[in-house]
Amino acid sequence: MTEAAAPDPLDFLVLDALLSDEERLTRDTVRAWVRDRVLPEIARWFEAGILPKELARELGDLGLLGMQLTGYGCAGSGAVAYGLSCMELEAGDSGVRSLVSVQGSLAMHAIHRWGSEAQKREWLPQMARGERIGCFGLSEPDFGSNPAGMRTRARRDGSDWIIDGTKMWITNGGIADVAIIWAQAPDGIRGFVVPTGVPGFTINDIERKLSLRASVTSELVLSGVRVPTDAMLESASGLSGPLACLCEARFGLLWGSMGAARTCYETALQYAKTRVQFDRPIGGFQLIQQRLVAMLLELQKGTLLALHLGRMKEKGGLHPAQVSFGKLNNVRVALDIARSARAVLGASGVTLEYPVIRHMNNLESVSTYEGTEEVHTLILGQAITGLSAFD
Amino acid sequence: MRIVVTVKLVPDLNAEKRIDPTTKRLVRTGMETVLNPYDEYALEAALQLKAKQGDDTTVTLLSMASESLKETLRKALAMGADDAVVLSDDALAGSDVAMTSAALAQALKKIGFDLVICGGLADDGSTGGVPGAIAEHLGLPGLTNARHLEIVGGTIKAQRETDSGYQAVTCPLPALVSVTMAVGEPRYASLKGIMGAKKKTIATLSGSDIGFENRAPKTELLSFAPPPARTKARIVEASDGATGARAIFDFLRERKLV
Ligand SMILES: Cc1cc2nc3c(=O)[nH]c(=O)nc-3n(C[C@H](O)[C@H](O)[C@H](O)COP(=O)(O)OP(=O)(O)OC[C@H]3O[C@@H](n4cnc5c(N)ncnc54)[C@H](O)[C@@H]3O)c2cc1C
Repeated sequence: MTEAAAPDPLDFLVLDALLSDEERLTRDTVRAWVRDRVLPEIARWFEAGILPKELARELGDLGLLGMQLTGYGCAGSGAVAYGLSCMELEAGDSGVRSLVSVQGSLAMHAIHRWGSEAQKREWLPQMARGERIGCFGLSEPDFGSNPAGMRTRARRDGSDWIIDGTKMWITNGGIADVAIIWAQAPDGIRGFVVPTGVPGFTINDIERKLSLRASVTSELVLSGVRVPTDAMLESASGLSGPLACLCEARFGLLWGSMGAARTCYETALQYAKTRVQFDRPIGGFQLIQQRLVAMLLELQKGTLLALHLGRMKEKGGLHPAQVSFGKLNNVRVALDIARSARAVLGASGVTLEYPVIRHMNNLESVSTYEGTEEVHTLILGQAITGLSAFD
Repeated sequence: MRIVVTVKLVPDLNAEKRIDPTTKRLVRTGMETVLNPYDEYALEAALQLKAKQGDDTTVTLLSMASESLKETLRKALAMGADDAVVLSDDALAGSDVAMTSAALAQALKKIGFDLVICGGLADDGSTGGVPGAIAEHLGLPGLTNARHLEIVGGTIKAQRETDSGYQAVTCPLPALVSVTMAVGEPRYASLKGIMGAKKKTIATLSGSDIGFENRAPKTELLSFAPPPARTKARIVEASDGATGARAIFDFLRERKLV
C-alpha cells in the first residue's frame, strides 16, 4: 500500500480532486476576484450598509450573471461551476452572492424560463453584462412563507395590465432597473416584467438591518402601475412559476452557505493556532479542538452534499425536495459553524476586524430567505410522508 | 499579425519548495504549478495590443515545460490567448539561461511571429536574462522593461522604465519586448473564456522538431543552501508606549541606525 499524504486541513477529503480542470479554473478565478475586489472593502461596505452598484459590471465582465443560462450572452456553465462560483462569492460575503443569485437565478432565470423571445432579447444580454439590474418581487409584508396568499393584484384595462400592491424584503430593489413582479391575476398567479422607472412604482430601501448589510433590501410599492400586455411572462401560471426560480436560487445558496462557513472555519483554525492563553495556543485545548473538528466535519459533509446535488442537477434529475434537503442542511450547519467560530475568537469575534460575525449575521438572512428552516422541514416532511403539514 | 508570448510554468509562490540534492533541481511533483506571474503581465500587454489591432491579430503562448504541465496554460488561454505551443523534451530539463533562450529562439523561428513579448523575470529562477538572450539569438531589436506598448504601422513604440522616469523608444517589427508590471493588471479570465479555452489547441514540439539537439547548459550549479534560519526576535515588554519607543530608539542608536 502506498503511504497516504497527510490531509490538508483546508481540503481534508481532497474534494478538489472531484472537480474538472475547468471547474477549478472557474473557482480560482472567482476566488481571485473576491480576494482582490471584495475582501479589502467588505468590512467597510458592511458597516456603511452599502454595496457599490458598479460591482455588477465587474461580475458581468467575469460572466457570472446568469452563468448557468444558455444563449442571450450567458455563459451556459454547468451546475457545479455555478455552485462553486456561489461558494467563492459567499466566502467573501453573502451580500455579494445575493446580488448574483437574485440577478441570475431569480430575475434572469424567470425571463429565460418563462419569458417570450422578445422579453429575452430585450433584457437578458444587458443583464448578463451587469448593465441592468433585476430584482424578484414575491414576498409581501403579510405573505412570506405563504406566498400563495399574496395581495398584489393585476387587472386588465383594455389590453394593458394595471398592477397594485406592495412587495417586501426585495433584494437589489433600490438598485434595480427591472422587477419581476408576481401578482394575482384573474386566472391565478402571474409574473410581470416591470421596469422600475414606470409611473406609480416607488422603492423604499430598508434601513437598519443587522444582517446582509452589504446588500440592498427594499420595499416595492406599486400603485396603479400600467404595463403593456406583453409585460406578462406568458408561460408561467400559478405558484410553480416563482417556485421554479426559487429552486435555482436555493441551489446556489446551498453552495454559497458552505463558502461563508469555510471562511469562518479557516479564520477560527488560524486564530486557534496562534492565540495563546494559559501559556499555549488555544488550539491545543480539547474543548477548542472539539469545536474545530465539529466545524470540519459539517463543512466537509455539506460541501460533499453540494457537490452531489450539483452532479445530480447536471444529469438532469434533481427534485426540488432534494434541493430543500441541501438548503435546510447546509444553511443550518453554516450558521452553527459561524457561531462556533465566533466563540473561538472570543472578543475579537465580535468585531469587523475578523469576517466571522459578519458571516454569522448574514447567515441569519440566508436562513430566512428562499424558505425558512421550518418551510424546508415541512417540504421534506411532506416528501417522505406524503402528508402536507402546510395547511 | 502574430504575437507570441513566452510563458514559464513555475511552482506556486506559496508552495513549500524542496530541492532534490542529487539532481539539484526543484522537486516539482506534488506541487501546484502556476503561470509565472510576470508572464501574466506580458499576456495582458499582448491582449491589449490584440484588442487595438483587431481580429486578424493572434496571440500564441510559447512555453518550455514538461508536457505533463501543459494544462496549466489553460488559464492563459481562458484569459484570451488564441493557442499555445509547448516545447517539451527530456533533454531540455535543467536548462540554464543560455540553453533556454537558444531553444526558445529556435522554437520561435519555427512558429513564426511579428512580435515576441516576455515577462521581465521568472518567479523561480529570477535571472531576468532570457528575454535579452532570445533577442540576441534571433538578431531582433530587444526593448526591455517596457511599461507601455503601441504598434504604429510596421513599428512598435515602447516606453522603457528607468530609475528616473521613462524613455520613449521605437523599432521596426519583428521585435522582442519584455514588460514591467506597469503595463496593467492581468485581466481575470471570464467564464466564457474558461469555457472556450478547452477547445483551443496546445501543440507540442520536441527538440528534434525545432532542430535543437545535443546541447548542454553552459553553467553548472555547484551547491545550494536554504536561506539561513532567522534568529529569534527580541521582544521588548514595555509598560507604556513611551517606554517602548525609548527601548526601540536605544536599540537603533546602539547600531548607529538613527
Ligand atoms: C435580507 C432578505 C432578503 C430577501 N430578499 C427577497 C427577495 O429578493 N425577494 C422576495 O420575494 N423575498 C425576499 N426575502 C423575503 C423572504 O423570502 C421571506 O422573509 C421568507 O420567505 C419568510 O417570510 P417572512 O419573513 O414573512 O416570515 P413568516 O412567513 O412570517 O415566518 C415567520 C416564522 O414562522 C414560521 N412559519 C411560517 N409558516 C409556518 C408553518 N406553516 N409551519 C411552521 N412554521 C411556519 C417561519 O418559518 C418563521 O420562522 C428576503 C428576506 C430577507 C431577510
